[in-house]
Amino acid sequence: MMNQLTRIVIVGNGMVGHYFMQELVKRHPDLHAAQLQVTVLGEEPRPAYDRVHLSSFFSGSTAEDLSLVEPGFYDRPGLELRLNARVSQIDRHQHTVTLTDNTVLPYDKLVLATGSFPFVPSVAGRDRDNCFVYRTIEDLEAMTAAGKTAKSGVVVGGGLLGLECAKALKDMGLETHVVEFAPRLMAVQVDEAGGKVLRSKIEELGVHVHTSRNTTAIVDGATARHRMVFFDDTWLETDMIVFSAGIRPRDELARESGLAIGARGGIAIDDFSRSSDHDIYAIGECASWHDEMYGLVAPGYDMARTACAHLSGETTATFQGADMSTKLKLMGVDVASVGDAHGKTPGCRSYQYTDEVRNIYKKIVVSEDGKKLLGAVLIGNADEYGTLQQMTVNAMALPENPEFLILPASDGKEKPGLGVDALPDTAVLCSCNNVSKGAIGEAVAAGNCSIGAIKSCTKAGTACGGCVPLVTQVMKAQMVKLGMTVNNHLCEHFPYSRQELYHLVRVEQIRTFDDLLHKHGKGLGCDICKPTAASILASVWNDFILKKDLASLQDSNDYFLGNIQKDGSYSVVPRMPGGEVTPDGLIAIGQIAKKYKLYTKVTGGARVDMFGARVEQLPNIWEELIAAGFESGHAYGKSLRTVKSCVGSTWCRYGVDDSIGLAVQLENRYKGLRAPHKIKFGVSGCTRECAEAQGKDVGLIATENGWNLYVCGNGGMKPRHAELIASDLTKEEAIRMIDRFLMFYIRTADRLQRTSTWRDNLEGGLDYLRDVVIHDSLGLGAELEAQMQHVVDHYQDEWKTAVNDPEVRKRFRSFVNSKAEDSNIVFVNEREQIRPATVEEKKQAKVIPILATTE
Amino acid sequence: MSQGQQAAALDAAMNQSASQLGAWHPVCALEDIWPNMGVCALVEGRQIAIFRLQDNQLYALDNYDPHSDANVLSRGIVGDLSGERVVASPIYKHHYQLRTGVCVEDASISLKTYSVELRDDTVWVQV
Repeated sequence: MMNQLTRIVIVGNGMVGHYFMQELVKRHPDLHAAQLQVTVLGEEPRPAYDRVHLSSFFSGSTAEDLSLVEPGFYDRPGLELRLNARVSQIDRHQHTVTLTDNTVLPYDKLVLATGSFPFVPSVAGRDRDNCFVYRTIEDLEAMTAAGKTAKSGVVVGGGLLGLECAKALKDMGLETHVVEFAPRLMAVQVDEAGGKVLRSKIEELGVHVHTSRNTTAIVDGATARHRMVFFDDTWLETDMIVFSAGIRPRDELARESGLAIGARGGIAIDDFSRSSDHDIYAIGECASWHDEMYGLVAPGYDMARTACAHLSGETTATFQGADMSTKLKLMGVDVASVGDAHGKTPGCRSYQYTDEVRNIYKKIVVSEDGKKLLGAVLIGNADEYGTLQQMTVNAMALPENPEFLILPASDGKEKPGLGVDALPDTAVLCSCNNVSKGAIGEAVAAGNCSIGAIKSCTKAGTACGGCVPLVTQVMKAQMVKLGMTVNNHLCEHFPYSRQELYHLVRVEQIRTFDDLLHKHGKGLGCDICKPTAASILASVWNDFILKKDLASLQDSNDYFLGNIQKDGSYSVVPRMPGGEVTPDGLIAIGQIAKKYKLYTKVTGGARVDMFGARVEQLPNIWEELIAAGFESGHAYGKSLRTVKSCVGSTWCRYGVDDSIGLAVQLENRYKGLRAPHKIKFGVSGCTRECAEAQGKDVGLIATENGWNLYVCGNGGMKPRHAELIASDLTKEEAIRMIDRFLMFYIRTADRLQRTSTWRDNLEGGLDYLRDVVIHDSLGLGAELEAQMQHVVDHYQDEWKTAVNDPEVRKRFRSFVNSKAEDSNIVFVNEREQIRPATVEEKKQAKVIPILATTE
Repeated sequence: MSQGQQAAALDAAMNQSASQLGAWHPVCALEDIWPNMGVCALVEGRQIAIFRLQDNQLYALDNYDPHSDANVLSRGIVGDLSGERVVASPIYKHHYQLRTGVCVEDASISLKTYSVELRDDTVWVQV
């Protein structure tokens, strides 16, 4: 079929349209060679982006963050993407589409991925200013602009999208109302009792919920821009209104060109995603399969795969409907619905569990014979979602007492799990990205043994994230099967994770490695557990790290309070809080560097690094730096490095707050803090973000309303943008939150795990982190702050302690029995400074290093 | 000299060919080496890393780490792997057996080991 050029036109570049294109490229990496010429038409000004996570736009994500398109994807030969391109007509006889600018494009195969549009009820006044819909990034931009002057906002529609949208309004700091026509929230997914619990959860968060409210008109308000008048003449005043009352398929082109339409709208498709015209496919929200339309992305992807397979001449793949189970976190509240949530199956029976104290509601629906699970509703806590969804979809046998599936586990009793072994390899664990149990198994066999690795290798859990607990379970089971040790033991000496060891040290007041090893470990220890223990002991007690019983635990950098370089010499970095330094300070550094013939370089962390110091020179160099008012910059430690900053409102004409002042304060507060890995901060005085705070572990950006706090960013090997965790904080609030954040990281991270990887592996993700740090959900806040205060109160300048202790100072020499220098450390000049000589240069210089060669 | 030390010294001696057996040199006081740490001694122009473990057992081997071309092993962390005592190079973290000098990650590389013993609180090494 494909030996002649086939022209494919895809109308729509949303999530599903883009997914179709990805599938096509996967099948035919070289479109040219496959004789394909593809044109993609997108009506929006930008290529496909993640509409599922649209609300994150309000918590700091940018349009680029949301983009689904890898750079260069649409630049390949044989593929053309046209943006701002809207189709006005399909001519099925001529096989052409016409754009609104009258361009005519011929096609051999046409794929309609036109999606849907937001339904706006026909209410008088719905076209007034500051009335919005919630669908595109342009919609969000308009909402953001309006939100700046608004005090309150109303969402019309209490469904899934409506609640997402309410979160957005809340994030914008508006007094938020949800107005729903039906008698309960999320009427499609949730039953009456569940709706009640959901409502009190949502109201707890400060959102006003109005159900059974039919809006009849929107008119001028007395206290706000609009007044919404309801059917019973009650009213509500608000500054902005967002309609989110459901979606309707974009089937108008299909209708006009005479394609068959489903009973409730949508382009009718068969099992191959073909419309009534076999040269035209329809996929995603615009399509209707057996009169069913699907407003979720997973079925859309499934249709895209089916259409792509069929187009490529394969007829084995068919679309067979979709499981509409969903799990979401709406404003921090777990909401999940599985299968027949409303119990519509004849003869079915249900079990329910309600906890009105913690606002949790769970229900399962079982078949008449009690053998199969048909559906479930979970509100307030959806931990069992994965198990229940798989049981339903795979028609697995129910345990004897199915009620235990949703009852809270009593002490010492394991909840009946799914027994992932019972799942077939074909079971789809991640329906967003169609990842099966078998695929997870293969990924584990290929060596991906952490949830982070599984995510990046299989893409499982990277869309909605609902399947992550189940995927983790399957990964661990697979590791056991392959004989891998499923443990997070630090090393052969300690059968504990770093987190567990931290806990033991704190609870049992352990202060030395020997004590820890004696009580909880075996053997002598090694270069893994010793530095880890040293770091934990320092985080908890903050004793001088070169004390006799601690010194032998330190990595070479900590052991000599400098960074070891490739030739065994060290570099010296004095602290310059916030990058601030006096002229006298700079002169002193220059003089010291000159005296000891050190190579100097300004670092990325805005301070000066001095290279080429021999071990025996270190105490003398420090002494002179201390005399000039400097202290250790901890450039060698897994500890706070620098707080990068701009000059802020002090100097800058754009600055809105004193970023340099806060940076200096933060650096002085957290200096010397030992952590699982190094920590970097950034503080910017305005949203121009010159300090690059969003690339740091902790970032602060000044706004007119206070400081915005970002966490878990990273440059380095795998750059990651920091995420907004709290907004509009005072300086004092920001410091308390950072205290908690850092201590929580120090407590729970693995060894050598930066905050970004820690965050990526944190079950529950950013929402969980925000709950713990900002909302103090674990009740740990005061304890974490107190611990940080202990560390701050016990700070000492390690260089000063070292040079003043004769015993410690004695260790800073190359040889225990000689004052000679290590002759293998040789420098040559380059660009008017020293650098280490290469092995060749050492040979040519006839320098014979003092060493024994191996044979 | 304990039995263990004698055994280690014997092991070390067996790793050397007869021509390499040399004279004994006093290097430092035992207290100059903190427990579970190392020092470097310069003996007859050779850099020798000497380690003292917590049971006061002493080990001596080349200070030169061939993987990094640097004289750094005395600054490494000591411990054990599967019961075998090792030092980890501070540069690229290769492990060397204290007893034999063999590199754990690359058995084709082996450092020279030296006899070392304690006489009246003074550490002696044979080079």
